[in-house]
Amino acid sequence: MATTVSRILFHLGFDMTDRRNLFNKVWDLHSVRTISSGQTQLFIGLHLIHEVTSPQAFSILRDRNLTVMFPDRTLATVDHIVPTDNQLRPFADGLAEEMMSAIEKNCRDFGIRLFDLKDNRQGVVHIVGPEQGLTQPGMTIACGDSHTSTHGAFGSIAFGIGTSQVADVLATQTLALSRPKVRRIEVTGKLRPGVFAKDVILHIIRKLGVQGGVGYAYEYAGEVFDRMSMEERMTVCNMSIEGGARCGYINPDQTTVDYIRGRPFAPTAAEFDRAAAWWLSLASPPDAEFDDRVTFDGSEIEPTVTWGINPEQSVGVTEKLPALSSFSIDDQKGINDAFAYMDLHENQPIQGVKIDVAFIGSCTNGRISDLREAAAIARGRKVSPGVKALVVPGSQLVRQQAMAEGLDKVFEAAGFEWREAGCSMCLAMNPDKLKGREVCASSSNRNFKGRQGSPTGRTLLMSPAMVAAAAINGCVSDVRTMLQG
Amino acid sequence: MLQITEVTGTGIPLLIDDIDTDRIIPARFLRCVTFDGLGEHAFEDDRQQDRSHPFDDPRYKGASVLIGGRNFGCGSSREHAPQALMRWGIKAVIAESFAEIFFGNCTTLGVPCVCAARADLEQLTNLVKADPSLSITVDLASKQVRAGNLAVPVTILESARMALTTGKWDFLGQLLEGADAVRKAATALPYLSGFKA
Ligand code: SF4
Repeated sequence: MATTVSRILFHLGFDMTDRRNLFNKVWDLHSVRTISSGQTQLFIGLHLIHEVTSPQAFSILRDRNLTVMFPDRTLATVDHIVPTDNQLRPFADGLAEEMMSAIEKNCRDFGIRLFDLKDNRQGVVHIVGPEQGLTQPGMTIACGDSHTSTHGAFGSIAFGIGTSQVADVLATQTLALSRPKVRRIEVTGKLRPGVFAKDVILHIIRKLGVQGGVGYAYEYAGEVFDRMSMEERMTVCNMSIEGGARCGYINPDQTTVDYIRGRPFAPTAAEFDRAAAWWLSLASPPDAEFDDRVTFDGSEIEPTVTWGINPEQSVGVTEKLPALSSFSIDDQKGINDAFAYMDLHENQPIQGVKIDVAFIGSCTNGRISDLREAAAIARGRKVSPGVKALVVPGSQLVRQQAMAEGLDKVFEAAGFEWREAGCSMCLAMNPDKLKGREVCASSSNRNFKGRQGSPTGRTLLMSPAMVAAAAINGCVSDVRTMLQG
Repeated sequence: MLQITEVTGTGIPLLIDDIDTDRIIPARFLRCVTFDGLGEHAFEDDRQQDRSHPFDDPRYKGASVLIGGRNFGCGSSREHAPQALMRWGIKAVIAESFAEIFFGNCTTLGVPCVCAARADLEQLTNLVKADPSLSITVDLASKQVRAGNLAVPVTILESARMALTTGKWDFLGQLLEGADAVRKAATALPYLSGFKA
């Protein structure tokens, strides 16, 4: 076996003494040429589009009389504006309906495959790609959405782009980019029970800051990530952007290969074996070179909750909010603003902060394992009176799977609303929105002012199990006290 | 395309850290199929909550040089954010630092984003507040910002500076020129050739 693998790799041009990290190998492989600004013209292996950031890109193509160069390399789905209760067309919201019609027409006109609402493969774009086996190691992946970093979980270079760049990819299958540096973030040891992938990434962002990753791609490595399932890895990579890094990735391993095998767009038979050998060969070698390295001890991570207005403002669930004096003078004004907006104060315990809404879903935590973790907490319990609790599966297939397992019944019996797939309350582009000053315990990724639809609404980010615990107790609670066995 | 070597105009101060794209243009305004009309909604929710917001302050009407803080434009990749600023009238942004996607989006639109030291941003802010009619020049050739007697150094990613000053910020045009090389590069990718040698 080993010799077959090395023979295949040799033929593919791979050198086993190569000390490049995965990022640089994949980048080099996709470099087409250098353009006059000094940037690389980089080939994009998979392009994902959705209804919000694509219409203006197609207008650019029409204005310049261009076609799509590799229509097979783009996949479209709808997620952001999709209502998660009544999905009958035309939508009540005329603007949303106009956007739906636009993506349908654009995909027809330019020959792009679209998973629309009638297709059971529809869902949040970053859930759909991996689920269908489109997302594969060693690819470059771009989408007009910053959480494209999710796909890095497979050992791909995946990042968000603006609408002008969506047009660039459609017309040329390439982008003009500068190569970032690579930071290896190692998390050692073992996570304690009740601590999830979401807590790991919130902890990393808390420690490195929301700006810490600017100019870097993050490689997540070490025992904690080695042990994670692909779904957990996606949660981590998803929030790389919240840490300022444009992309984050985890080296492909057997877990990656096993996940992809048998998915609709995965290679099959002998081709799969060749693919798997190549994927595994891309992993950063033990002596790989990095521009920076940091290490965390996984056993020190607690269930983590944000208290402020950016994802770095978080604490462990048993901690108190930080004292103002613990921040530099320059930062104190911003921290005070955050306290004032959230109506929280320094040295206050995070546990017990009252919530009005609980949201389980999004491309961060809307996969089947997330729903299972939340259902385990909800089972046999009741949502606190006065709390509006929503469960929104990330895709139609996740929804079907959850229903096959009876999770919908568990949630409904506990008083959660069970919805159709979409972005829902992760952002405010569809009917699911906070009202007024409501506080939402949310499994999504951003706690920015106004993010969940009310300009004065408040968001506390946490893991799906922690959201379920908050829904049941009506306030931020330590999920570890509610775990079975 | 137009060579952008400098931008001159009056300033608008917004020296706040971590201004995210949801604040620059709240998500409900993304329900659109063109970028037209986004300008008037720039900072809509912040303005509603703070009637003295600089974007509502008549003294800064017509300003084209925005002065920001640290990590400006963080959050989403939505090009709607720089589009909204540009359509409001912003032609250049000076800040302590920028989120990367926002920075790239601005460059593609021909809106230079330059970084300055905190103390210099504070000085600029004070000057602009004292005299909103003060003319500010963002000079990409000398990598300087000048206002009245003040001249401070700024930095900008060299590739973006090159693109703007040589008029090559229309990346699509350049990428199209490489079409043959792109087709050739594609044939070398294992996943486009059945993972064969
Ligand atoms: S779920 Fe949220 S973060 Fe993910 S794509 Fe949708 S809106 Fe963006």
